[in-house]
Amino acid sequence: MDVILLQLLNGLDKGGAYALIALGLTLIFGTLGVVNFAHGALFMLGAFCAVSFNALLGLEVVTVDETQTTAWGTPLEVRTPYVEAYLGDFGAWILNYSVPVSILIAIPVMLLVGFVMERGLIKHFYKRAHADQILVTFGLAIVLQEIIKSIYGANPIPQAAPVAVRGAADIGALFGFDPGVIVYPYWRMVYLAFAGVMIAGVFAFLQFTTFGMVVRAGMADRDTVGLLGINIERRFTIVFAIAAVVAGLAGVMYTPILPPDYHMGMDFLVLSFVVVVVGGMGSLSGAVLAGFLLGILQSFASMNEVKAIFPGIDQIIIYLVAVIVLLVRPRGLMGRKGVMEN
Amino acid sequence: MVTKISPARDYLLFGVFAIAVLTMPVWLAPIGAGYPDLLQKFAIFGLFATGFNLLFGLTGYLSFGHAAFLGVGSYTAVWSFKLLGMNPIPAAILAVVTSGVFALAIGYVSLRRSGIYFSILTLAFAQMSYNLAYSVLTPITNGETGLRVLESDPRLFDSSANADGPLISNLFGIEMTGYAGFYFCAVVLLIGFFIAQRIFRSPFGIMLRAVKTNQNRMNYTGLNPRPYTLAAFVISGMYAGLAGALMCITDPLAGAERMQWTASGEVVLMTILGGAGTLLGPILGAALIKYFENIFSAFNEQTLHEVFSFLPDFLEYPVVSVAGLFVGEGWHLTLGVLFMLIVIFLPGGIMEGVSRIGRLFKRSSSKAEPSGATAPAE
Repeated sequence: MDVILLQLLNGLDKGGAYALIALGLTLIFGTLGVVNFAHGALFMLGAFCAVSFNALLGLEVVTVDETQTTAWGTPLEVRTPYVEAYLGDFGAWILNYSVPVSILIAIPVMLLVGFVMERGLIKHFYKRAHADQILVTFGLAIVLQEIIKSIYGANPIPQAAPVAVRGAADIGALFGFDPGVIVYPYWRMVYLAFAGVMIAGVFAFLQFTTFGMVVRAGMADRDTVGLLGINIERRFTIVFAIAAVVAGLAGVMYTPILPPDYHMGMDFLVLSFVVVVVGGMGSLSGAVLAGFLLGILQSFASMNEVKAIFPGIDQIIIYLVAVIVLLVRPRGLMGRKGVMEN
Repeated sequence: MVTKISPARDYLLFGVFAIAVLTMPVWLAPIGAGYPDLLQKFAIFGLFATGFNLLFGLTGYLSFGHAAFLGVGSYTAVWSFKLLGMNPIPAAILAVVTSGVFALAIGYVSLRRSGIYFSILTLAFAQMSYNLAYSVLTPITNGETGLRVLESDPRLFDSSANADGPLISNLFGIEMTGYAGFYFCAVVLLIGFFIAQRIFRSPFGIMLRAVKTNQNRMNYTGLNPRPYTLAAFVISGMYAGLAGALMCITDPLAGAERMQWTASGEVVLMTILGGAGTLLGPILGAALIKYFENIFSAFNEQTLHEVFSFLPDFLEYPVVSVAGLFVGEGWHLTLGVLFMLIVIFLPGGIMEGVSRIGRLFKRSSSKAEPSGATAPAE
């Protein structure tokens, strides 16, 4: 029982990341009708917003402290980051909370990236075949990740979570299990909560605002909405930018869990596409459901007990589920009728 | 769309192509591509792309998992070396058979869906094979180290089984390295090209084009497209398996990274670059990508400074630093940019560009000539 609970928790945070990326993919697909293979790259760009912000904060000023000497007898050099030197305690606080604070940087950056991408490239591909859309966004993803690689190199760059949430909680003890059995890092809880808030935010935005209502109407039947005299294209541009922000923020917050490198986007993209297809093309709730479901299944499959029965199952479980779902329920778990049918 | 091409023209095309391929060492030497390792790659990836084109170019089904067949072919070839001996012919035949069986199984399942679902399904299968090859199937694939032929392997029908020579594939005494290896690959490529050409011109090929053009209409005519697409998928998988076997024939080592989805992406790129749905395009695309990969990866800052040394100093440095992003390690960036440009501006690939230019000349020279092919009624 405790093992199962532990795996459930482990699956949730990965599922959260899948769900957030898949949510953006579905939004773009449902509104613009574009299959965006560069969405993983947006996730990666978000993560590198956090890296850049941290690197910027890390710029140091070197002062020589004459009163102290090093082991070699030379005066001790004290390195203080500029922010700390100028802003004092507040600077230190920013340094500590660099990952969550970089959300503030990531939002405008990702909005801009999304806007430029949609207006500059995706717009011209509405009428082209899906194969062309896949290919051009795939090319874009390669370009983006190579640019990041040429700036930051090929090695993963670890990011630290704030000190306050660096440890792990003994959740098991709360539920009456033996202490030390179910230990769960705080940051993963933060991530889970963050994913929940983001998902709720997107749904609330679509459900309770006029803008969201128009977008939902556009997802159902874009021609009719256009006939009503609403400039649906402009709304869709904004939707694309929002989807970029969702993916970017998912990336920012994921950095303490997985040190970002240039190809993390591609790794997540392949899985997120599987998630979207399993959830059902064009179904937002399906994407979220499938994201968490596959995250949890993946972590169950990596249990030793399961691996003993089906060797190697942890490597293929997600793809296997996708194959089965596609064959049994061609529209995915919650797919709507008439979306992406041949 | 389908213009009538006389058999005589076909044979002429094949003849010219064959001569061009076989004399590659001569006419590619001046541009620095006249050495066997690279030429082998041209032939192998040309074959791979030709096979991929039979599926994507003709039926329009975009498979993102073709590298799986390449990997299966490679592993089969190495196992054939290990068990039967270093002769490349049984290795190639076995690789074609095994990858064909794999393609039949995967195709049977994947072809139930089309469009993006088909792409995702093939991708899923390829990733499964890749992950399994790395983990559980290590006894067969030797995991991360890669599968290679060892001195201690049985090699039943190998006369040199007990001699301790180098473990290189050899065809009745001819070692498959260097130019001999290239000519073996070239002959296989020519056979592959010839078969592809026959398929393009056959009623079967026309059926496949019908699938791409309008599957609904085909259904209404009472034709079931699935057997045709499945056959195309299997044939295309066999080509990939053969290409994988050739890789091992020229260098007897098979690794799982060959099956990764980036490798599948590469063959898509080659086909698109050259021109999907054309006969020569994919081979051209494969050769171009491999050639530029070779050239660009070898560039470094030093060579760039030499290239741009004609510029004044204040221009030279910025130009070199910008160009430096695109060469050496940054070769993939060039590839990505090129790929985007091709998809955006020239969806038909290089072959479309060539025929556009050709049409320009034709129009200016002979206006009186009536258009030969009548357009099909839409």
